[in-house]
Amino acid sequence: MSIFNYAIIEETAKELYIRALCDLPPDVRSALKKAYERETKPTAKEVFKAMLKAVDIADQKKTLVCQDTGLPIYMVKLGSAFHWDGSEIKERLSVGARRATQEFPFRGSSTHPVTRVNPQTSVGKNLPVLYIDFIKDVEYMEILMIPKGSGSENMSTMKMFIPADGVKAVKKFILDTFIASGANPCPPGIIGVGIGGTADLVMRLAKEAIARPVGQRNEDPEIAKMEAELEEAINATGIGPMGLGGDISTLGVHIEMAYTHITQNPVAVNTQCWPARRARARIYPDGRIEYGY
Amino acid sequence: MAQHHLQTPFSEEVIRKLRVGDIVYFDGTLFGIRDLTQIYMFDQNHEPPISLAGMPCIHTAPSLRKVGDTWEPICVGTTTSGRMDRFTPALIEKYGVRAVIGKGGLYEGSLQAMKKWGAAYLAIVGGAASLETQQIAAVEAVYWEHLHPEALYQFRVKDFGPLTVAMDSHGGHLYQGVKAEALRRLPEIYKRLGVE
Repeated sequence: MSIFNYAIIEETAKELYIRALCDLPPDVRSALKKAYERETKPTAKEVFKAMLKAVDIADQKKTLVCQDTGLPIYMVKLGSAFHWDGSEIKERLSVGARRATQEFPFRGSSTHPVTRVNPQTSVGKNLPVLYIDFIKDVEYMEILMIPKGSGSENMSTMKMFIPADGVKAVKKFILDTFIASGANPCPPGIIGVGIGGTADLVMRLAKEAIARPVGQRNEDPEIAKMEAELEEAINATGIGPMGLGGDISTLGVHIEMAYTHITQNPVAVNTQCWPARRARARIYPDGRIEYGY
Repeated sequence: MAQHHLQTPFSEEVIRKLRVGDIVYFDGTLFGIRDLTQIYMFDQNHEPPISLAGMPCIHTAPSLRKVGDTWEPICVGTTTSGRMDRFTPALIEKYGVRAVIGKGGLYEGSLQAMKKWGAAYLAIVGGAASLETQQIAAVEAVYWEHLHPEALYQFRVKDFGPLTVAMDSHGGHLYQGVKAEALRRLPEIYKRLGVE
């Protein structure tokens, strides 16, 4: 059995958190630039200009784009051709997130939900959020880190429709949720949608949906069509950047799907704000790390 | 859409010239406040140790570092204003604050106070803390330090903005207007989406 140095996971978890907070992915930057170019309302154009400027300054000063450091989510994929120690990985991710917070340093945004005491570590009981999945026939592991901000997360919602309500109810729910959210999730963001599954799975699907690069459609043509239709509908509301009015109200609608029960019709919406932060790393058993988005 | 470059303190005349949709930049003094600051001021009756008359207040819990006797900004962003709506009329009427800066707007009571006393709500671009922090030239004072990061902060700012006038002193409310327009368009959008 090969020996892997798990300290690498800790270092990577720390590095990913910092990268995600300071360096927006190229697909998000590109979508924001396109939004600025397409926008016709003068006020909205000023808002987009400021967003792009903020990203530039964060690049120059190597600092946070937004002050909300969020709750850390690590989505891990383990290659089946190497014997990874999942427990060790889980522990190291938590230490890495804490070290990012204390060593960069930045504000920790986690708290006990009852006492409201903030340990200033960004972690705590059942944090960071950890998703684990598996990839066949490769040795490497991949970590996608998302610092999820609260302005957008607080707009999360789901509903258990019934089959008789149809896809119509699901589409209407997504649109209505967007309007009700207004300025709160700092639009234009990625509207992540889950459809199908169970109540817990559908919410998870919506979270996976926001992790997808902007501009990538779902591979199922029916669902891809729904994504495009909903984008058009959401932009037609004119809510605009920061809810101040404009042509561009979303950077994209992403839908993830799971099969569901024959008498269920669940839908979940998880919004991601305009600074759609994420960072990715691929770690090989020999210790090589490749960073990306 | 007019653009205004202002200096603090703001007079009533200057604020009454602002209309929803206008863009504002300003130089001068900016006070940082948040939930606990205002609970301390209004619910627990502590007078601010400095005059806020004519000054703008921003809704923030800044990340600062102390270097000797001075404070330096690390990361200063803006929070959702709605939670602090109930303090705003008193902030305007009792302490003479002429501009409230935040994200997402305030409600009817605040709108009426702005109309009566000559104040406005300026919407900052949320999520752009890197830009906001850069525009803070200095942290001149931190009052009520024991409340940090929700103390009373005195910032000196240069070219602070762009801020969008979202609530003016004439009853204009941009967020309300945008939402009303969206609801007006909704039946047609529902029809195109096939969900009516």
